[in-house]
Amino acid sequence: MKSFTYERPSTPAQAAQALSGKPNAKFIAGGTNLLDLMKLQIETPTHLVDVNGLGLDKIEATPEGGLRVGALVRNTDLAADARVRKDYAVLSRALLAGASGQLRNKATTAGNLLQRTRCPYFYDTAQPCNKRQPGSGCGALAGVSRTLAIIGASEACIATHPGDMAVAMRVLDATVETVDARGNARRIPMAEFHRLPGDRPEIDTTLKPGELITAVTLPKPLGGKHIYRKVRDRASYAYALVSVAAVIQPDGSGRVALGGIAPKPWRVEAAEGVLPKGARATTEQLLAGAKPTHDNAYKIKLAERTLGAALIEARA
Amino acid sequence: MKFDTPAGQNPIDQLKVVGKPTDRIDGPYKTTGTAPYAYERHDVAPNQAYGYVLGAGIGKGRLRALNTATARRAPGVIAIVSTLDTPKLGLGRMNTANLFGGAEIQHYHQAIALVVAETFEQARAAAFLIRADYAAEPGAFDLDVAAKSAKPVEGGSGEGSGSGAEDRVGDFEKAFAEAPVQFDETFTTPDESHAMMEPHASIAAWDGDKLTLWTSNQMIAWGKGSVAKILGIKPENVRIDSPYIGGGFGGKLFVRSDAILAALGAKAAGRPVKVALTRPLIANNTTHRPATIQRIRIGATKDGQITAIAHESTSGNLPDGRPETAVDQTKLLYAGANRLTALKLAHLDLPEGNAMRAPGEAPGLMALEIAMDEMAERLGLDPVAFRIRNDTQVDPGHPDRPFSHRNLVGCLEQGAERFGWGKRNPKPGQVRDGHWLIGIGMAAGFRNNMLTKSGARVRLDAKGVVTVETDMTDIGTGSYTIIAQTAAEMMGLPLERVVVRLGDSDFPASAGSGGQWGANNSTAGVYAACVKLREAVAQKLGVNSADAVFAEGEVRSGNRAMPLAEAATDGDLTGEDFIEYGDISKQKQQSTFAGHFVEVGVDMHTAEIRVRRMLAVCAAGRILNPKSARSQVIGGMTMGVGGALMEELAVDTKRGFFVNHDLAGYEVPVHADIPHQEVIFLDEVDPMSSPMKAKGVGELGICGVGAAVANAVYNATGIRVRDYPITLDKLLDRMPDAA
Repeated sequence: MKSFTYERPSTPAQAAQALSGKPNAKFIAGGTNLLDLMKLQIETPTHLVDVNGLGLDKIEATPEGGLRVGALVRNTDLAADARVRKDYAVLSRALLAGASGQLRNKATTAGNLLQRTRCPYFYDTAQPCNKRQPGSGCGALAGVSRTLAIIGASEACIATHPGDMAVAMRVLDATVETVDARGNARRIPMAEFHRLPGDRPEIDTTLKPGELITAVTLPKPLGGKHIYRKVRDRASYAYALVSVAAVIQPDGSGRVALGGIAPKPWRVEAAEGVLPKGARATTEQLLAGAKPTHDNAYKIKLAERTLGAALIEARA
Repeated sequence: MKFDTPAGQNPIDQLKVVGKPTDRIDGPYKTTGTAPYAYERHDVAPNQAYGYVLGAGIGKGRLRALNTATARRAPGVIAIVSTLDTPKLGLGRMNTANLFGGAEIQHYHQAIALVVAETFEQARAAAFLIRADYAAEPGAFDLDVAAKSAKPVEGGSGEGSGSGAEDRVGDFEKAFAEAPVQFDETFTTPDESHAMMEPHASIAAWDGDKLTLWTSNQMIAWGKGSVAKILGIKPENVRIDSPYIGGGFGGKLFVRSDAILAALGAKAAGRPVKVALTRPLIANNTTHRPATIQRIRIGATKDGQITAIAHESTSGNLPDGRPETAVDQTKLLYAGANRLTALKLAHLDLPEGNAMRAPGEAPGLMALEIAMDEMAERLGLDPVAFRIRNDTQVDPGHPDRPFSHRNLVGCLEQGAERFGWGKRNPKPGQVRDGHWLIGIGMAAGFRNNMLTKSGARVRLDAKGVVTVETDMTDIGTGSYTIIAQTAAEMMGLPLERVVVRLGDSDFPASAGSGGQWGANNSTAGVYAACVKLREAVAQKLGVNSADAVFAEGEVRSGNRAMPLAEAATDGDLTGEDFIEYGDISKQKQQSTFAGHFVEVGVDMHTAEIRVRRMLAVCAAGRILNPKSARSQVIGGMTMGVGGALMEELAVDTKRGFFVNHDLAGYEVPVHADIPHQEVIFLDEVDPMSSPMKAKGVGELGICGVGAAVANAVYNATGIRVRDYPITLDKLLDRMPDAA
């Protein structure tokens, strides 16, 4: 860990200003990912702006009939919120499928969106990784890639977004609210929040430098059956090999997003039209153009079968 | 005390304390955080500085230069020890790769520097400022490729057992060719990491020429000798102290870089230095269980009598390293007149392969016990019945040599009865519970019992308290408790009147913790010392030691009864001795046996495998403490599930390292993976093992579990996976359509 300076502002605008003009500054909330990365010098901020005092920890109803989730709402609290459990169960289930109780107590809504990949090459500073050190190459592409991306990746990077929460938020069409140093607010649809690596894999999201997430809003409830099915090598405390977030209506229509297979929560709205035809037809469209490695080609079949399980659960 | 004839009646047979389920006496210290582990021994030496180990960033080659100039100027830095400024150090006991010194990089994360600073954070930050200039060389990192040029080799596991390069009985090839039913398949097991909770850690302090290491090590006497040899100092100038160890599993049998670098760092800094290996270093800097490729051939008559059995294993290691002795159990587990076992070793430039819990048998049984399941199916026999049919009461290679005590049949029959084996549908893929495909599998467990010299000193004081001192270690196994039970039984005291001090090289050398030999041998050493103390007490009290009875804190002889403490009123009385063995283990084969039974569910959609219940029935001589023995076995069963379903050090065969080198990437079972576990110990004693009549269970618990899981997965799905770990991707293509 490199030495860093620290401040704790009390308003979102102050926080955003605190980062302005400081390219090596970062926000810190729960710190469940950032501190680990700092210890390993994968992240080396010279200044930390602690946003825990900003009061962004409320879950409020919106005039549109949805929910506005403050950036600092802890994963545990969000998952347990009665309104979330009732109307956005896919989100509650996704949250509870992630990490451990202790981590969920610390981890925040905004921080969860910003967690970085768990690609093992990203985590080893002696190895090439374009995401960690642009231009150094990708160790994973010709290396060990069983857990990595099969779609949306590039020659520069095959890392996945490791989270569960964002997959559910993507299927719910959530919106990320931000504020910048000048006090300007912005709304970013979840679909546009995480970006594909292309030749700039070091940039995970479409946030601008210094832009602070203040909330995530959920549109009015969709109804239907909410399912989050996470598949992993052990029963708990592991990242998804494949996950499926689905909201399925009684007529068989619905929405689906996949986790664990791409640099961002993977949703193709056009593919959802064939959901009533079943998992195979849907997955064919969802994963059209997938370029798996030898090690992770199984994820295509796994995605199809996991979606199949989700659809059966939805009908039950 | 020399033990070379079977044990007769002795005070242990009273079983007033020994054999009772007893809470671990170190338990409260562990659960309240007051058991000081090596890194936390803040009070043992003043002014401790912190060392941070830097590991090499290439798999093989040379270090051309190490620029430490910036790091030396970093805040808090006291000293930097560079491998380029250190002559190549000697090898310690069982070490293959050098721990430090010189420019050669033999494997990834081999230590190249130690930064010593006032705080851990300063040492770590400075280490990131060191610039290494490597000349990388191509290396052999792929076992599949290297196996093609593997050479026959004889080998020992480092934990007692061993095999020749090729061992033959009868004419295997002829008998196999003539066998009406044949089996010939190849299995693979991956590299595995010990992944113990407590990382390797040491504090070093020099007093002139004398070095003290407070460390975490399973084998104190080995460690003392190795430290002296590696550092080129006299053994009498080395003291090692390791009273609490947060898991070892074989990863702490040998001295590792934390101890050596702490010593070098303390010398360079001129003050005590503590070093813990960070989690990402452990997989590649230390040792691991080597991957294997195993071919098994079995020939049998149509009624299921094995006539030919062959087990050949290839593993890889650094030059001069040893093979994984995966064929050992196949010499002894089943009958059969014609036999072949063979070991080959391939040259690999991956980190050093070495002992991990039940080296040899753990991966060997993962293959052999699937083979037995498959063979039973070919024969149309029940897997339990097939094993019982091929039981042997003698060493099949030396039929004049019986087992000292062997009740594998009892383990299998009781296990089958208890687990409800009779209700198993032998046709795979038939049983469903919701979206789970249910299967039941079993395997035999086998691990040898090894006899090794072990010493102890016992001291009686005027308060009637007996203190035991031995360099035996407690690696979470319960050594403290069984040693206290032994001394209490021998001296006729309640457990609370016994104090046990372990892990200090100033104490008499013991068997140490490895190869599941610790419990029987270390308590036998305490027994021997207590016999000496009983004689001293009897003499002091003027009674005949042969007919004195030590009970309830008293010494009774004829109609006299005196408090034990009375013997020490003029000063402490001490008894010191060791147990050593003649050729008793050659007269009869000493082994431990188990039947493992497992039920799994396999998700019919995703092929996720979850264990639903497990049972182990163990036959391992007298069980000294059923409570801690059970803990040992369920720990082994848990590790067996890990090996079956998830544990694998993933090899980057181009860059030459284990990629998933932390506990997020190297998955071991979590609580949610482990269901109800039941353990049954058969009531038995083995008078050939020692005066304790006990054997080991710490490794028996893992031996066979992996195959029992694999066989249950086959029973659930009809899919046979012969490459561990059995992850869902190996099933998916063959899973029945679920939709």
